[in-house]
Amino acid sequence: MTREVRLQIDERPVLAHEGTSLIEVARQMRIEIPCLCYNQRLEPQGGCRMCSVEVDDGSGRHLVVACGYPARDGLKVWTRSPEIDRVRRMLVELAAPLVARGGCVTGKLGRIAATYQARPEKFVPRSVKDPSGCTLCGLCVGTCCEVVAADAIGFVGRGVERHVVRFAAGGCDYPTCKQCLAVCFTGKIAMEADATVFPQASIDDFLERRGVKIHSIRSLRASTYGENS
Amino acid sequence: MHTAAPAIELERRRDEIKQRLDTYRKRITVCTGTACQAYECLGVFAAIEEEIGAQGLESAVEVRKTGCHGFCERGTWVAVQPEDLCYQRVQPHDAAQIVAAATGNGVVESLLYADPVSKTKIPRGDDIPFYKHQQRTLLAPNRIIDPANLDHYLSIDGYRALAKALLCMTPEEVITEIGSAELRGRGGGGFPTAKKWRTARDAPAESKYVIVNCDEGDPGAYMDRSLMEGNPHAVLEGLLIGGYAVGASQGVVYVRWEYPLATRNIQIAIEQAAKAGLLGNDILGSGFDFHVEVHRGAGAFVSGEETAMIAAIEGKVGEPRLRYVYPAVRGLNGKPTVVNNVETWATVPAIVDRGAEWFRSIGTAASKGTKIFSLVGRLENTGLIEVPMGTTLRELVYEIGGGIPNRRKFKALQIGGPSGGMLGAEHLDTPVDFEALAEVGAMMGSGGIVVMDEGACVVSAVRDLVSFCRDECCGKCTPGREGLRILGGYFDDICGGRADESVIAAIEDVTHLMRVASLCALGVTAINPVVTSLRGFRGEYEAHIRQRRCPAKVCTELVEYHISQVKCDKYCTSCLSGCPTPGAIVGHKGVRKRIEQDKCIKCGVCEEVCPTRFSAVARFSGEPIPAAFRKGR
Repeated sequence: MTREVRLQIDERPVLAHEGTSLIEVARQMRIEIPCLCYNQRLEPQGGCRMCSVEVDDGSGRHLVVACGYPARDGLKVWTRSPEIDRVRRMLVELAAPLVARGGCVTGKLGRIAATYQARPEKFVPRSVKDPSGCTLCGLCVGTCCEVVAADAIGFVGRGVERHVVRFAAGGCDYPTCKQCLAVCFTGKIAMEADATVFPQASIDDFLERRGVKIHSIRSLRASTYGENS
Repeated sequence: MHTAAPAIELERRRDEIKQRLDTYRKRITVCTGTACQAYECLGVFAAIEEEIGAQGLESAVEVRKTGCHGFCERGTWVAVQPEDLCYQRVQPHDAAQIVAAATGNGVVESLLYADPVSKTKIPRGDDIPFYKHQQRTLLAPNRIIDPANLDHYLSIDGYRALAKALLCMTPEEVITEIGSAELRGRGGGGFPTAKKWRTARDAPAESKYVIVNCDEGDPGAYMDRSLMEGNPHAVLEGLLIGGYAVGASQGVVYVRWEYPLATRNIQIAIEQAAKAGLLGNDILGSGFDFHVEVHRGAGAFVSGEETAMIAAIEGKVGEPRLRYVYPAVRGLNGKPTVVNNVETWATVPAIVDRGAEWFRSIGTAASKGTKIFSLVGRLENTGLIEVPMGTTLRELVYEIGGGIPNRRKFKALQIGGPSGGMLGAEHLDTPVDFEALAEVGAMMGSGGIVVMDEGACVVSAVRDLVSFCRDECCGKCTPGREGLRILGGYFDDICGGRADESVIAAIEDVTHLMRVASLCALGVTAINPVVTSLRGFRGEYEAHIRQRRCPAKVCTELVEYHISQVKCDKYCTSCLSGCPTPGAIVGHKGVRKRIEQDKCIKCGVCEEVCPTRFSAVARFSGEPIPAAFRKGR
């Protein structure tokens, strides 16, 4: 269907289908590129930027994210360099305060932090006061919307207020479906699943906290889903 | 076989309109842009109309509502054609005078703009210094036509370019024409428009889209709004030509939620064009089908980014996506999509009509044509301006803007919105040109220029821009979300006098990460004000960090208010009654007042209300407090 292209990753030549993401091509070569928000079942988001690699497509060496960059003919790719390491180290340091307990991170993020000698505690004092335990990678949202197609969880809040909520009116089928628990590498969803699933049980709570009039949304929902609230 | 009958019909209609409009002896146009509406321009319009009716002059004097004239500071503007007399600050009660003067070929002296220096009255609009140094090709119709009247647009040869493109040119020829005009996108990046169109044209797909980006969100910028409000048909005509060139049959006009008048006017324009056979199926008998819909944004700055805009139009959250495959190849609904800024679209008909040669003759080596800027801030004249590329910033500030009021000195200029640069006086001779601005670390952006005088604190201004970006970024990528959060914290520390020497290196670290690793242009360019101000205003940063001092005395946490125990009038209590904080000002009628520093919230009301004949309140930052201001005198 698609043609084969010849490219180079870390000085090693490789053949790949045109358009395959670099992260997948590298995987075939057993080169592991760290990532948080990438899952091969999902549309690449390019949000965590952890899979940043350097490429040269003829216009000079520059950083791109391997999860979304398509394999092209004659492309040169580097998965490690002082610049890449610096970027990944800073990305861990920036993301760590969201999950750090006592300035240390464990699990997937902890392993990346160790590889790149990041100091997870670096930004803790000047980042979020109360770590939510969620890196905002979006894997749960992507899985719920793209794989399960339940659209039961999503992001709300813009910028620094971004967080994941479960929409009470959505089609969440917990505990039959536990797809989001499976993809969450922080364990946050698993920890909170039985009690409330998420800190905000519904978008109404979020809006209410923000002082948004929710009367209309409730009535809209009642008319849409026949729900009485 | 195509038949040109509808095109001939259009020309016949145009001739009729011109003949009909020629029967009027005078034409009075009233600016009804958003700014003038705040000045009661609709009342002025009604009063003039009523006056004309009362005198039975309907067949001799025509009165029109027009879009924004540009010099918004002095609205409501009323212009009288054919003499091009421009009246400023018109009130409804001036209507009788204006109508009487117009019919008697006279001039209402009292409403003319006076030169601020020589005080001579300037009757003709084009002689007013604010307009004189401009070259208004896109904005000129704003002073002439009623945006809600298709006849007016036809009377200034509107839709002639469309007929020419559809009937006399192939899509390829249109792209070549735009390409040889060297038109570059007006939305900020300056990407060659023809290259984008060509990519979309060459991308194989059964359907393609063209989109108007009217999500102008830069603080103080309103170029796109004025074009959409004042001349929506030009935008629509450009979009139609673009759709024809790339092979799209569907257009979308994305207007931000905050622009109700722009939304209404473009909707009216679409309806009128459809009724006149300029939109829909088989336009002007050419066989070209095109439909347009208006999409109102839900109020997000980041939706101005083209991939975010596409997501928003698809009904998803307006967040940027990866764009290693350009939207021109895979955009809206996965189909090739061309997104251009309002100004770019409005330029297209002029190029097709007058030819690439004409367009290329204006501007610099790599930036052609004219560019609209909104010139705001500490200037004598503020408003919307259009200048040829290559005009220097100095000309903008001193000739068009009339310089800085109150004999204060120029300090800095912020060009390109929150993602533009902060340029000091040493950069004033930079021409407005995509490359020249990028070289000094700024960018053209969509064209917002904010001028600051010596009373402004650059560090605090940059802090505001950073917090604007922090609040407006979508939060999808780590460098954007967390980088801006951390940067905002650093700036709060600097302005609060809590930062130490290491902060500059730390800021540079974060800005570097954001530049190389952010997902979209918002994150990449949000650092521009930080980087350029660190380069040009290092001393000001150092004063905040090392001496805990704000040289401009703006940063509240580093400023103290004191009352002179010499100048303060014992029997004046203005500050006492103005102060919102109980106990912050000590004293009563009969004694000199003092400020309790630990209670003062530094709102500055006392300084504002202190009568100028006393001027007893002063701000201090870092310097020793003079004896006259000390307690116990």
